[in-house]
Amino acid sequence: MNAGALFLAVFLACAVEAVEATTIVLAAGTARDWRSALIGVGAGLTVLAVVVAVLGPALTAIPLRDLRLFVGALLLVFGLQWLRKAVLRASGRKALHDEDRIFREQLAAARAADSKGVGVVADWYAFTLSFKGVVLEGLEVAFIVLTFGSNQHDVSLAAVAAVAAVVVVVAVGVVVRAPLARVPENTMKFVVGVMLISFGTFWGTEGAGAHWPGSDAALLVLVPAVAAFGLALAAVVKPRANTKTASGNRASTSRGAGTPV
Amino acid sequence: MKHFKSFLAFWYDFIIGDDWTVAFGVAVALAVTYAVARTNVSAWWIVPSAVAVLFPWSLWRAVRKS
Repeated sequence: MNAGALFLAVFLACAVEAVEATTIVLAAGTARDWRSALIGVGAGLTVLAVVVAVLGPALTAIPLRDLRLFVGALLLVFGLQWLRKAVLRASGRKALHDEDRIFREQLAAARAADSKGVGVVADWYAFTLSFKGVVLEGLEVAFIVLTFGSNQHDVSLAAVAAVAAVVVVVAVGVVVRAPLARVPENTMKFVVGVMLISFGTFWGTEGAGAHWPGSDAALLVLVPAVAAFGLALAAVVKPRANTKTASGNRASTSRGAGTPV
Repeated sequence: MKHFKSFLAFWYDFIIGDDWTVAFGVAVALAVTYAVARTNVSAWWIVPSAVAVLFPWSLWRAVRKS
């Protein structure tokens, strides 16, 4: 995996999560109190920085083969769930992630909640909403940065890609002051799901002691093969026009595994 | 106890997600790869084959649930 592929994989995954976190923070700031919401963002980022700082060196100390087995297994489980949800959305069997609707719902809930201040935080609700949004979405970002970065012995490049994604998404969010509804989120999730499965398969297999024909070049076959498989399955599960399946009515509320919501 | 259960539930949801069969299948595929790799038989094809089965299986379960 070259530096460009590492950067792209981490950037896309982090951009997806940053869009979701930005929507939550925008709702907290708009409906409640910007200062408290931004303090929540700062506290959330601090927690994530500590997680990366503690786990990063610990992961790089693990023997590469054991690390690849462990990380490969996790990436495979995550990837299969990301791609399943992306395929269900692409086929119309699950509602597309609607940032506008989520923003409106968060806004209504935030406006209805009681206001209470604690210490320097004038509005505890805005703080908590932002903090939880940043930490929960950011945990997935931190996981991707650490696993991809440590496997390639380049956690710093993965961290730069994550920061770049967050900066781009937040900058656009600040400029438009609205949820980023036009981002092709499902396409990005599909690409990330393909990357996670491909690298999970590659690293997991190597970690288990098997050797790929062609070594690293096997990834050049794995990535397009997984993408083609995902697209083919999206076409297969697409409901026929004469059935009563309606994409908007099929949204599942279940959430999992580092999985996109 | 309640917080401990919530903590475990969070990590189960974060790692295993809403289809435990995927995590189970991945673990089995890697274990089989590990065992086969210790023989003289090539083992690289086991995980891709498992993905080719697990992904449609998980998709089918989700479609049926919906």
